[in-house]
Amino acid sequence: MGVIAKTGNKGKGVRSDCSVTFELTDHGGIQLQVESKVAVMYGDMIRKEALEILDFFGVKNANVTIEDSGAISLVIGARLEASIKKLIPSEKNWLPAMLEENRYTTAKDRNRFSRLYLPGNSPSLMINAGIHKPDGIILDLEDAVAPDKKDEARFLVRNALCGIDFYGAERMVRINQGERGIEDLNYIIPYNVNLILLPKCEKPEQLQAVNEQIRKIHQKHKLINPVWIMPIIESSLGVINAYPIASSAENTVALAIGLEDYTADLGTKRTIEGAESFFARSMVVNAARAAGIQPIDSVFSDVGDMEGLRQNVIRSKALGFDGMGCIHPRQIAVIHESFAPAPDEIDRAKKIVFAFHNAQKQGLGVVSLGTKMIDPPVVKRALNTINLALKMNKLAENWRESYEQI
Amino acid sequence: MNKSDKLVTNAVGRLVPTMVNGKPAVPFMGVGKYKPEGFRAAPKLASCADYPADGNKVVSSLKEALVKAGLRDGMTISTHHHFRNGDLVATQIFNIAHELGIKDLMWFPSASFPCHEPMTRYLEDGTIHHIEGSMNGALGRFTSEGKMKGLGVLRSHGGRYQAVQDGEVHIDIAVIAAPTADPFGDANGVNGSAACGPLGFALADSQYADKVIVVTDNLVPFPCLPWQINGNYVDFVVVMDKIGIPEKIVSGTTELTKSPDRLLLAEWSAKFCDEAGLIYDGFSFQAGAGGTALSIGIYFSEILRERKWKARFARGGSNKYLVKMLEEGLVEYILDGQTFDLDGVRSMRDNPHHTWTSPFTSYNYHSKGNFSSMVDIVILGATEVDVNFNANVVTHSDGYLLHGIGGWQNTLFGKCVILPVPLFRDRMPVIRDEVTTICGPGELIDVIVTERGIAINPLRTDLIEKMKNSSLPIKTIGQLKDEAEKICGVPAKPKFTDEVVAVVKWVDGTVLDSIWQVKDK
Repeated sequence: MGVIAKTGNKGKGVRSDCSVTFELTDHGGIQLQVESKVAVMYGDMIRKEALEILDFFGVKNANVTIEDSGAISLVIGARLEASIKKLIPSEKNWLPAMLEENRYTTAKDRNRFSRLYLPGNSPSLMINAGIHKPDGIILDLEDAVAPDKKDEARFLVRNALCGIDFYGAERMVRINQGERGIEDLNYIIPYNVNLILLPKCEKPEQLQAVNEQIRKIHQKHKLINPVWIMPIIESSLGVINAYPIASSAENTVALAIGLEDYTADLGTKRTIEGAESFFARSMVVNAARAAGIQPIDSVFSDVGDMEGLRQNVIRSKALGFDGMGCIHPRQIAVIHESFAPAPDEIDRAKKIVFAFHNAQKQGLGVVSLGTKMIDPPVVKRALNTINLALKMNKLAENWRESYEQI
Repeated sequence: MNKSDKLVTNAVGRLVPTMVNGKPAVPFMGVGKYKPEGFRAAPKLASCADYPADGNKVVSSLKEALVKAGLRDGMTISTHHHFRNGDLVATQIFNIAHELGIKDLMWFPSASFPCHEPMTRYLEDGTIHHIEGSMNGALGRFTSEGKMKGLGVLRSHGGRYQAVQDGEVHIDIAVIAAPTADPFGDANGVNGSAACGPLGFALADSQYADKVIVVTDNLVPFPCLPWQINGNYVDFVVVMDKIGIPEKIVSGTTELTKSPDRLLLAEWSAKFCDEAGLIYDGFSFQAGAGGTALSIGIYFSEILRERKWKARFARGGSNKYLVKMLEEGLVEYILDGQTFDLDGVRSMRDNPHHTWTSPFTSYNYHSKGNFSSMVDIVILGATEVDVNFNANVVTHSDGYLLHGIGGWQNTLFGKCVILPVPLFRDRMPVIRDEVTTICGPGELIDVIVTERGIAINPLRTDLIEKMKNSSLPIKTIGQLKDEAEKICGVPAKPKFTDEVVAVVKWVDGTVLDSIWQVKDK
């Protein structure tokens, strides 16, 4: 009696979420109150599902209040389960159905131009995230979640991985630092997460610990889908260890830099020009390239300044980065547009690739453009540029036909 | 006892009353099917000999004007809504009626706003019998709960003109709040502290009411130019300290949306128009005042600028964004029904290419044509759309009446009608098997743009053909509905009693649908 657990959110401005108050009692059965903005349409369904969940966890006597601002079933389920488990530890999980369309895997070298951060405890931002077509979505359990909400966010993120369609975006989760981060994995690895972002990575051992836990979970649940890792370098020590980190695990696909923490660690301030982080960014690019993985830049935090973002991406691309984080869906298009091959890059690549095919046709081992010999790595880069341009609709599939006619 | 005893099924399969507030009503027969014969209603003959030769019709107060106009039980009193939520006049009329012990008035506003909530008191105490016009917010709730004595009647702006012209509604006293007027009664909305742009919604009232009272807080010596309302129709002029709250008249709340989901709707809508060939040099469009619609204008601007094209005309509601297009030369003319901000008012006053319109020129069913059908692209909103493309703008999915029709029904006659709507709002699916209330028949609604796909009305084979190879996600409306229900769950329907509380009229005056009393939870 008197022990109360509260989860979720309510109040002005809260949408697509609910708040659950759960009080265990010793008699009187289940007293369930549902107040919902969508009571006419979903009131009965909410009651029915709540009673099923309470029964599933063996709750016999409790006062339960659900104050709903239009949350979908999997959100209400996550909130209720989180509040029950605060008072009654249980190994059981009440899971929404895993959507068939959420079972995809991602390729190690896929495009990672944009990855959209979504606070792990804010369902309203998750539901439509995929329609903006970022390359990846990050359900963030770390900095974007208040310390006292970190437990309940795990259930929400788990349920989102099962039941929210992100329309082909790479399904990523940023786990917490340290021991909590390792525990986070239990809530997400079984639900086909494609990639784990590992914050504040300073030494390769951190990756080993994550991989060890992933291996255990995979074994227990008989899972085979790959889980990629993207360590985030956010400290001076991390920068110094960038290469060992980038090269220590097979499933590391990218190395990211987080500049807010890094500049704080240096004892300086982050500027738009970024002189203070030039060394760190170059280190990360260099380490990632040396390890054959993708270097990924930090987020640009002024969501209103699209021109500033554009300039930032252009600088970032020039330094050698392959992608950038974003914190607002409107940043995605700018990031894609600016990382995409520019018209002059495409033109040059077309010439080289065309010369390459000609050389092949004629059985020549050497590719030349005019009187100039083209090195194999240059050809390779040109081929990549063409592939990218094709993928991003910057170039017609049949470009060679029209090219030959010129 | 039902307020409406006999119900029949109309051409869109909805059960509607055949008597509305004691008068026979024709059930909806189909678009363009109902053509009543006879003559236009006419106001009483007046003689100029009865009016002061010096042209001074000023009386000391609104109360005096109402008494002189013969205010008595059962009359129909009309007002316009150009002051939107900043109107200080309409409520005063009924304060006076209440004070005089007058009962059973019919209020005939061109629209109502949250500031008219005090009217619920007069509906309760019998000063007002019922409202024909729009019942927004609190008034809608009041109506939905079955508390209004008569049936509410919802009409479009054009339908209001039609109802006056064919005699369905006879206005006894029209009270026209005017930002500037002269003692003769000439008036306009472009000058004065309560400037609101045009006064077109009051035009029919001035022409057809038995008695017309102009109320102003900015009296100028004759002549008041431009005279959007002619003093020749006016009986009395009343001067007050303040007739409206400027910041609520031109609220400036019509800003571009910042919501990424809505921006996506705007972007896709504009892209659709472009790919379907609806945008060309000399095209025309109408976009509402919502954030999504405004943002579509921005995308249109980009396209026009890039190709050095112009829109021949755009329909207002105008605002700073449309005015900017006019001033940049991307739009040649603005034909404006209402003005949402001070840039719109200024432009209408100073720019001969920005003109005011009335429901007569733009929407009236009993005109020899009107220009709503000449507009190429019409962008509108909706609370719900069903799998037959029927749409609802007045009730919500919980059954409550909350909005008016405005010009929405009238603009459906545009050449391509596009509704950018989210697939669901929070958990409420917008695309349904059946809309709660039909306000527009599906045959007039061409395209639904949602954040998860675009559905083209199967009747528009031309658009389907043009969009065959589009990069946009074209889906069927059924697919969109299924997607919404997969995410939200299948919603239960609201529960109603068998009492009709209001009717939705079509533009021709026939009854399109009924609004039912909601059942207590």
